[in-house]
Amino acid sequence: MEESTHSTNITIPPHIKGNKGAVVDWSSDQKAFKGVPWGKAMMWIFLVSDTFVFSIFLISYMTVRKSTKVPWPNPSEVFALHVGHVSVPLLLIAIMTFILITSSGTMAMAVKFGYEKKRVPCAILILITAIFGASFVGMQAFEWTKLIMEGVRPWENPFGAPQFGAVFFMVTGFHGTHVTIGVIFLFILARKVWRGDFDTGRRGYFTSQKSHYEAIEIMGLYWHFVDLVWVFIFAFFYLW
Amino acid sequence: MASQEGQQHPIGIYLWIWGLLFVFSAFSYAVDWYQLQGILRWSLILFFMMLKAGFIVAIFMHIYWERLAIIYAILLPCIAILFLLVFMISESGYTLWTRVVYFAIGGQ
Repeated sequence: MEESTHSTNITIPPHIKGNKGAVVDWSSDQKAFKGVPWGKAMMWIFLVSDTFVFSIFLISYMTVRKSTKVPWPNPSEVFALHVGHVSVPLLLIAIMTFILITSSGTMAMAVKFGYEKKRVPCAILILITAIFGASFVGMQAFEWTKLIMEGVRPWENPFGAPQFGAVFFMVTGFHGTHVTIGVIFLFILARKVWRGDFDTGRRGYFTSQKSHYEAIEIMGLYWHFVDLVWVFIFAFFYLW
Repeated sequence: MASQEGQQHPIGIYLWIWGLLFVFSAFSYAVDWYQLQGILRWSLILFFMMLKAGFIVAIFMHIYWERLAIIYAILLPCIAILFLLVFMISESGYTLWTRVVYFAIGGQ
């Protein structure tokens, strides 16, 4: 079924600007999202649903933080690291933020090289993205270890409101899981690109389908989304 | 436009956005570094957050170059989140009020 999408004789209707174009696209025959491969549309639908998952986490966090009488722990102090004798606030979190943004940049460039069918720079950039992602997960593991050693639990902590631990493990845990899954798929994708699967039309191990360079853009959407979620976690959980 | 053959844009735009995201992140970190408090802190955090989120979605995720049909399908459902936000602000205020009133004798 996928083959038909990529045959050269398919014509995409001209783009009408503005709301009229949106109405024409939505009311047209067969496909609402003209020129968008089905895999990309599916990824977007998944990401919208994932947006709701993370929004619910962050809104629950707001609810417990706003409704407790006990003072909320100061993240600036809880997540401070000692460099020599100086306590630097949020140091590790800041490094993690810059690493994730950098990985988003390399991913965006990988997508670009993918569409230009430049196999080697594309694979290398995906690999760099995966390594940055893995280092992010490593730092998160360090952060978890540090807080657990200090006695932070989902039901209590030595710094203040007990809900703090529940929110921390839940939100960063779900985000970390997303990053981990992303890293695994990035390594798989880097191998496929390096081997030239998209040029030779080699079929996937699980799907038995031929894959195309747009798979990199779809992976990229997921990866940028993970970065996007971190922007909100950084703002609301670590800075607020 | 470019969606026919996938998204193709000059590499410079990605490097620029990457740099901008670095700068905005540094600014939001500076908010904590200089321990700004109150309305100034919250508004700056939200401002840099929205800037970063906007650039990631618009440029890195290519939404800027997509057709309105899919832009609406992605962005409009997210408005529902604002309703939940408003409901829970009101709900948490009420919960806090009951705790203040009924736990006054002791407890948390």
